[in-house]
Amino acid sequence: MISFNQVHKRYPGGYQALKNVSFNIAEGEMVFVTGHSGAGKSTLLKLIAAIERPNLGSVIVNNQNVGVLKERALPYLRRNLGIIFQDHKLLFDRNVFDNVMLPLQICGFDYRESHKRVRAALDKVGLLKREKSNPIALSGGEQQRLCIARAIVNRPAILLADEPTGNLDTEYAHEIMAIFKSFHQVGVTLLISTHDESVLQDTRVRVLALRQGELQA
Amino acid sequence: MRHALAQIIGVLRRMFASRLAGLLSILVIGIALSLPAGMYVLLQNAQGLVAQISGTPQISLFLNMDAKTDDVDKLRKQLAQHPAIDRTEFVARDQALEQLKQSTGLADVIGGLNQNPLPDAFTVYPKHGEAQALEELRNELAKLSKVEVAQLDSAWAYKLEALLKFGRMVVLILASLLSLALVAITFNTIRLQILTQRDEIEVAKLIGATNGFIRRPFLYFGALQGLLGGIAAWLIISLSLLLLNWQLDALSQLYASQFALHALSPGDSLTLLLFSMYLGWLGAWLSVARHLSQIEPRQVSRER
Repeated sequence: MISFNQVHKRYPGGYQALKNVSFNIAEGEMVFVTGHSGAGKSTLLKLIAAIERPNLGSVIVNNQNVGVLKERALPYLRRNLGIIFQDHKLLFDRNVFDNVMLPLQICGFDYRESHKRVRAALDKVGLLKREKSNPIALSGGEQQRLCIARAIVNRPAILLADEPTGNLDTEYAHEIMAIFKSFHQVGVTLLISTHDESVLQDTRVRVLALRQGELQA
Repeated sequence: MRHALAQIIGVLRRMFASRLAGLLSILVIGIALSLPAGMYVLLQNAQGLVAQISGTPQISLFLNMDAKTDDVDKLRKQLAQHPAIDRTEFVARDQALEQLKQSTGLADVIGGLNQNPLPDAFTVYPKHGEAQALEELRNELAKLSKVEVAQLDSAWAYKLEALLKFGRMVVLILASLLSLALVAITFNTIRLQILTQRDEIEVAKLIGATNGFIRRPFLYFGALQGLLGGIAAWLIISLSLLLLNWQLDALSQLYASQFALHALSPGDSLTLLLFSMYLGWLGAWLSVARHLSQIEPRQVSRER
């Protein structure tokens, strides 16, 4: 599903974010990317969504080499990905419902059907009762769950989450991990970055450990 | 389809949210457009008037005071055989004096004259109306014997026509400049909108929006603002004509004639609206093309 082949990424200015990274993730796998701040976790996720491009090596997603994808093809790549951003990237000029509606609007999804989908996604993350609220009125944990609802509403095969439990206390973090596990159970491929290894303790999952841009064995 | 509708509703909501600024932009566009369009209406009216008055050009031939009846007959035959002349009308000097008395109300003054100061005259109706052909014919007729003066009556109409041509050029220049201004206004409005909606654009790009999807609401906004500006211009012109006609009514009663300015024709009105809509769309398009590419989702998170 996702494969990195000797990927190097150097940012303008000389910062080497990833060095010779290679791995394969099969369909339906749930994988954690760990490492300290600056280890290259976010860069790795950005390369998958073609928000950044590799300097060397290839990034293959769904049999497409996204590193060389044309600008025009990017939207269609990203529609197959659900991305949960570290800083949420919610829109505060519209309510919870419309935030989740946005991806369906972008895809030109059937209008009536999309209402059902939005409600289903909100129900999944436990925010159905807040659909009329403005996201600014939500707590940090609720904003994170809203971001998840928006990422899953068009039922992507791959879900990318960048530090989804970053600023949350343990209880919320476990809640969110439980949501991810339920996606894993229905066959979604998940790639979750975290610097907080405590969330990994209770499960046996595959971990890609990054240290200063290099993958640890 | 419903999503497109939702986008349009979003545009309308956004417009309503900043309605004061929006109204000002629309007013500015309306005034900018009403200037050339209003001048165009006045020119159209003037042209109609010219066509009405100078419908058929005439050449007046005034004969020498000593012309006898034989001379008149000879001249009449010559004119009748001329290939460029459609028909002629003879106005005897007594008849002319009588007409003058009746039409101008100068009977007392004329009655005081001890002899008729008017010569015999022919009114010549040429077959062709082109300015140059008429001028040549006038020169030719002036050389005939016993003809004192040959006068081209419609010369003033041609001068006015040339003046109208000049006016049309002024309108064209004005319209071009103000159209440019309209495009600039829309360009700037959309630029500000793109800046304030930076977050939305970035998020939309990140979750798979095509450039077309992002561009559309701005284009709708530009076209709508242009259209509303066009409607404002139409209202300004119509209202102005109403006021002018009200004054003209009093004026034309004094001159015992009927004259009123015609409003924009339905076709011209439609052209005005479509044109301003197009200019708004163009301004938005240019602005979006210029500014949208600058918003690329690069820094997704603070951490690398």
